[in-house]
Amino acid sequence: MPIIDAVLNDFFWRALIGGLGVALVAGPLGCFVVWRRMAYFGDTLAHSALLGIALSFLISVPLHVGVVLTCMVLAIALVLFSRTRALATDTLLGILAHSALAIGLVTLSFMPDVRVDLTGLLFGDLLAMSRADLFWIYGGAAVILTLLATLWHGLLMSTIHPELARVEGLPVERLRLVLVLMFSVVIAVAMKIVGVLLITALLIIPAATARRLAHGPEHMVGLAMMFGFVAVTGGLSLSWYLDTPAGPSAVVTAFLTFLLVYGTAGKARI
Amino acid sequence: MSELLATLNQVTVEFDDRLVVDRVNLTVHRGDIITIIGPNGAGKTTLIRAILGLQKASSGEVTLSRKLVIGYVPQHLALESTLPLSVKRFMMLTGRTLPECQAALEKTGVGHLLDASVHHLSGGEKQRLLLARALVREPDLLVLDEPAQGVDINGQAALYELIRQLRDELNCGIIMISHDLHLVMAATDKVICLNQHICCSGHPADISHDPAFIETFGPRVAESLAVYHHHHNHRHDLHGDVVESEPSSSVIDHQECSGHAHH
Repeated sequence: MPIIDAVLNDFFWRALIGGLGVALVAGPLGCFVVWRRMAYFGDTLAHSALLGIALSFLISVPLHVGVVLTCMVLAIALVLFSRTRALATDTLLGILAHSALAIGLVTLSFMPDVRVDLTGLLFGDLLAMSRADLFWIYGGAAVILTLLATLWHGLLMSTIHPELARVEGLPVERLRLVLVLMFSVVIAVAMKIVGVLLITALLIIPAATARRLAHGPEHMVGLAMMFGFVAVTGGLSLSWYLDTPAGPSAVVTAFLTFLLVYGTAGKARI
Repeated sequence: MSELLATLNQVTVEFDDRLVVDRVNLTVHRGDIITIIGPNGAGKTTLIRAILGLQKASSGEVTLSRKLVIGYVPQHLALESTLPLSVKRFMMLTGRTLPECQAALEKTGVGHLLDASVHHLSGGEKQRLLLARALVREPDLLVLDEPAQGVDINGQAALYELIRQLRDELNCGIIMISHDLHLVMAATDKVICLNQHICCSGHPADISHDPAFIETFGPRVAESLAVYHHHHNHRHDLHGDVVESEPSSSVIDHQECSGHAHH
């Protein structure tokens, strides 16, 4: 059977395991992106990943380290900046997202010795998943899932009603900071799968799909993980059989699942 | 004197050089029901946000007693509809047991909504849910920002009566903002009339004669409050049904005129 052949193939197997790891963290964080209306924020961080890549080449550190650190710095800067309210948040995000992307691309062009697969970085290169990539994915996933499990109650309550959460004694600001730092990690981790330009899609679409069927926050997280995995598997299969780019194929699969669920499921009950 | 819960000392809040709360002094004791009234933009919400620690005071200080559990009923419950949340789950997030949560919901008259989605509640139901959520935490201090908003007219009187009962049961202090002057007066120990600064404060019956009060609300409101001192021989419960009550319960004490704090 061709499917079994494909699964047993090493490349495919690795890609699938990597995709599962990404879906595990993209599910819960995607739910927070949807709940807290942070889609544009996530997009901005993802765009800045390219700057991170350029900087990692510049100072010769591993790509993932450069990306995580750049995203973290930008995330903290954004949180602090948005408090001053000098500019509307979406304007600020628009400025930073594209500036970071552009600076990243310009910086890379100054380094002719560095040969980077730009398409792979922007749109993902699922089939080139290495053992090191798997290590980064599962390391990042373990950190994020542990943090989420530990801080779940506080994160959920401060998402539902930040003021009530504060009055009830939860460190709302610090939790927000932890959340944006987790986004930085997930971007570095998911970059390989779907590329920096499509990461937000992998966060949002499975979570939005899950919303229609979910009857509680945790249920929604579980469903989002599942839909994320469906997207990655679908993208991988499309890429394998039809030779389409893996990242966009995963997003197309996620979108089709979204349409299917919204077309067939009734109105959300809760 | 009962236990002191909160002290405000010369609390001032400014937004971009606009004075919103001006040198407010206030003490809240266990068992107090303090109602803050005042025109729109008087700084009522800002003042209670300063008490709750949600708004930093520009000067002056808010001192809360140690380990104070605060129950807060915000003005609106605006929830993101992308987050699936049932009434039960919202209540259980307080860390209390299901029977405790159920009892609190019953008390505020929304026990039947346990399994409903919070997104499908009406304004009045949300208000009662918020009150139930605040009281299940057994607060020492209950802070309510226009608790009767969206509650129907029969329910409003019952809601204020419930708040008074809660004070007795929980032995907590209560601070609330209200526009429903008539309804509030009967269930309040102390009224604070705020217009940036405290115009006047004191017992509800006295305050309607206060020149500062008349200046802020106009003679008509003051007059209508002054004639409100009639006796009820019944009250309404949360469903609007008539309940007999002891005739002397709503008699307002006309003594102990408070000092006039206008400046």
